[in-house]
Amino acid sequence: MEKRKYYQEEIETMPVEEIKKLQSAKLVKQVAHAYNNVPYYRDLMDKKGVKPEDIHGIEDLYKLPFIEKSDLRETYPDGMRAMPLEDCVRIQSTSGTTGKRVIAYYTQHDIDLWEDCCARALVAAGADKEDVVQVSYGYGLFTGGPGLNGGSHKVGCLTLPMSSGNTERQLQFMLDLKATVLCCTPSYAAYLGESLKEQGYTADTIPLKAGIFGAEPWTQEMRRNIENTLGIKAYDIYGLTEISGPGVSFECSEQGGMHINEDHFLAEIINPNTGEVLPEGEKGELVFTCLDKEAFPVIRYRTRDICVLSRKPCSCGRTHIRMAKPMGRSDDMMIIRGVNVFPSQIESVLLKEGFSENYYIKLGRVNNSDTFDVYVELPPEQFDDSVKAISEKEKSLALALRNMIGIGPAVHLVPPKTIQRSEGKAKRVIDERNLHD
Amino acid sequence: MAIKQLSVFVENKKGSLHEITDVLAKENIDLRSMCLADTTDFGIVRIITREPERAKKILDDAGHAANVREITAFAVPDVPGGLAAVLSLLEGRGINIEYLYALITGEAGKAYTVLRTDDTEHTEEILKAQGIEILDQGHI
Repeated sequence: MEKRKYYQEEIETMPVEEIKKLQSAKLVKQVAHAYNNVPYYRDLMDKKGVKPEDIHGIEDLYKLPFIEKSDLRETYPDGMRAMPLEDCVRIQSTSGTTGKRVIAYYTQHDIDLWEDCCARALVAAGADKEDVVQVSYGYGLFTGGPGLNGGSHKVGCLTLPMSSGNTERQLQFMLDLKATVLCCTPSYAAYLGESLKEQGYTADTIPLKAGIFGAEPWTQEMRRNIENTLGIKAYDIYGLTEISGPGVSFECSEQGGMHINEDHFLAEIINPNTGEVLPEGEKGELVFTCLDKEAFPVIRYRTRDICVLSRKPCSCGRTHIRMAKPMGRSDDMMIIRGVNVFPSQIESVLLKEGFSENYYIKLGRVNNSDTFDVYVELPPEQFDDSVKAISEKEKSLALALRNMIGIGPAVHLVPPKTIQRSEGKAKRVIDERNLHD
Repeated sequence: MAIKQLSVFVENKKGSLHEITDVLAKENIDLRSMCLADTTDFGIVRIITREPERAKKILDDAGHAANVREITAFAVPDVPGGLAAVLSLLEGRGINIEYLYALITGEAGKAYTVLRTDDTEHTEEILKAQGIEILDQGHI
């Protein structure tokens, strides 16, 4: 049987003009739905002096107010819910790492469209009915596990609902049940790969052929490392609870940006300072509108992710617009001695210089000046007997980092396996500056 | 001629040295000498044993960064000034000493010493020319 290329071919390869028509029709309905059913949103529109009847299509999108994360926090727990409780079937929630949790509501229709998006991502990664999909994202309030679990069911794969953690059991099930597709955070994929390598498994003896990794920023260098260790093709997936969960966009075999599921999610790029919409191809903040979600119809949500969109045709045949890998959530951006630094920039230098993705950044404050320390594990093969050799390596790495980001950290090489591994989202930054005290 | 030294990269933290010695003890590795260099962040444990390669494998498998390299070791008379005479000789020839430590000695009247300098080849030539006994793995 020939493998299918798409999960929903007609939608995924729809001509761009038709997608836009579909988006316009959905947007008009969605704005009216949100206006009529969410008093908080109605106030936002009223304050901006815009009425549902002013919206005739996507060309009028710019007239609508933005929704910020603070709006979703303010309306906790259910101020953004647009459907009566009897129609809602699930909530999911953000991790709350950067503040109060956001609770997102779903009707069965919302769950279905979300799972369809994950199914599209799985098929794009080469999954079909005979595949065994190991879902090692956390299950529960976090959307990673439930999203890929649902998508895997829809494709008809055998689904291993592993959730995160218990690495030994993960490896046992992967090997005994011959899992072919792994879904988890990239840092956990790297850790699983490292553990397999230690047990003597090689790219040829690991049954996996593909991985779908997301929920945290990762670099191309890390992708190549994971691909080589596990002997797979690694696909990026993007999403956020506020919009639905993983699968808002996903990579195809081109690995050249993630196709946004445009029949459900409308993307814009704005200037984060002025809110002005930027033309395609310019870098700015990504803004999403849910076009047909019923229970949590978030419109013009500012993601804080900085990236670029591209309408360039893709050889995979999908017509949906592609987004570049976000440089990092603007929430992840550190300001160190006045310089903007993303952890992903640091990671990219470390991997290029032959170090591992096992690192963390520590920020402190001494005499009103920021201290900036990077701790990274020394790969065993790079260990030389002398203290001098290690100090020199630290210095040369500090210099490479300085060349990349403009300010030089103090680099500390530490022995292998002394930095704690992550089973979910890796914690890369310890900020002890207490700037708000 | 030289002996083999096993080096291990460790965290400068409570328990790291114990962990290394414990892993080796469980596999019956006999330590003949040991020396620890430390900085605020990390340490390097240097070990002389009869089975450096097997010890390295044990440490590798336990996930440590370890390597084995050849290092100069020599015997001097076990009398006051025995070592000073050698060091004075090396200093006079412009050799810079990186580290040095003592080794369990197998012969009465001699003191075994392990030495790393910034120029191993030259160091051994100088010692040999003075008739100082250079040790090999068989002396351990």
